[in-house]
Amino acid sequence: VKRRVAITGLGAVTPVGGDVPRFWQSLREGRSGIRPISTVDCARLRFKNGAEVEGYDPTSYFSEKDLGLLDRFAQFGLLAAREAVAMAGIEWTPRLRDRTAVVTGSCLGGKITEDKVFAGVYGGEGRRTHPFSIPRAMANAAASQIAMEIGARGPSYTISTACASATHAIGQAYWLLRSGTADLAVTGGSEAPFALGHLKKWEALRVVAPDTCRPFSRDRRGMILGEGGAMLVLEPFEAARARGAVILGEVVGFGMSSDAHHVTQPSAEGAALAISAALEDGGMRPEQIDYVNAHGTGTAVNDPIEAEALRLALGEHARRVPISSTKSMHGHALGAAGAIEAVATVLALRDGVLPPTANFTEADPECDLNVIQNEARAVMAEHALSNSFAFGGLNGVLIFRRGGD
Amino acid sequence: MDNIESRVLEAITRLQFLEPGRATPASTFEDLGMTSLDSLSLIADLEEQFQIEIPNDQAMAVSTVRQAVECVRRLVPDGALQA
Repeated sequence: VKRRVAITGLGAVTPVGGDVPRFWQSLREGRSGIRPISTVDCARLRFKNGAEVEGYDPTSYFSEKDLGLLDRFAQFGLLAAREAVAMAGIEWTPRLRDRTAVVTGSCLGGKITEDKVFAGVYGGEGRRTHPFSIPRAMANAAASQIAMEIGARGPSYTISTACASATHAIGQAYWLLRSGTADLAVTGGSEAPFALGHLKKWEALRVVAPDTCRPFSRDRRGMILGEGGAMLVLEPFEAARARGAVILGEVVGFGMSSDAHHVTQPSAEGAALAISAALEDGGMRPEQIDYVNAHGTGTAVNDPIEAEALRLALGEHARRVPISSTKSMHGHALGAAGAIEAVATVLALRDGVLPPTANFTEADPECDLNVIQNEARAVMAEHALSNSFAFGGLNGVLIFRRGGD
Repeated sequence: MDNIESRVLEAITRLQFLEPGRATPASTFEDLGMTSLDSLSLIADLEEQFQIEIPNDQAMAVSTVRQAVECVRRLVPDGALQA
């Protein structure tokens, strides 16, 4: 028996708002959080702009002692989980704690921690490596810290599939609940990529824009890195209804695929397979999709391939369905991207407001799509796709449904 | 064949593990089985060898041996290679 899976809590720490209300307000207004990078000295970098969580002061949320064990990426994960769990208003029992899963996505783990350790080791200063460096930097640190904070003792793990990490995590959590393997899940992703050693690697790949992120726009010049975290609380629909929880939306389909093609060049066929798999998983037809939250990185290569993938999977409907890339506002948060975009998609369905692609200047004939340009659209959409296509050709696609009966 | 051209051909041959003589001034990267990632690694190698900085838009426009040679030639100061 497949159980329906409801979303009852959302949390987000992002460059366009440190919590869900502020995040959503920014997206509705098409406000971009892309600014000059402030937490890293960019003198030795070819790009200067990023999307950082503005005015973030960890000591407002964590004790000095706790911070010793928390890399910035784990802090974002924990804060998003706190908000999501509080929103869900869960009534904890020992049994429920034993049946609660925590599934997170992270591409990088604690890169800022690692960068500091390596600078100390190779920098010739002979600086002592802090004994907490391993538990701070491990990719599953956010999942473990969330599980400890809420006392979740069910299946918990972290998925690392580059830019698809959080989408794969949410999909896995969805399947755990649908199959009855768990009775509650906190799931999403978090990332903190702004460490000089890590940014140098992106510089070498030459895909980061010198200005801003303009997905699907003819003059796009690349992606903009972002940081943050987002989490969802999932529970069986019937259980959520029985306890009178506010149902924010549902997860109704999940699909995965591998391009098996090239390590950085995406394949339209591979991405289309994941979209089709999600539709099949949800027992849905292409015409039922009313909105697409795109992977939409704003690189020369991704956007036309994504357009082609949508054409392959949705047919003629691909040119009609409204689509936007919210990365134009919150940046590309890598292993957190799918979670931040999932929160945006769930809220778009709940409120009947489709967020725009910001910074859009001119349509690109190579991306023949119904792009929501710069201003949100009021559309009561029922179902939405959220795409994540990772480097390495690993794809994940989620389908969400508006809350209701 | 001038100095820049021979060094570009040497770099491609080395990075792509090609038979000597396979890469010629007329080769396209596609002819040589090079992907965009291979092209990036060539560009990085040329930056290091010639002590130059190749901006992203120029790097992205390179997809043949001739374009790579021209790209380097534009950025290397006159006479710098005669030493």
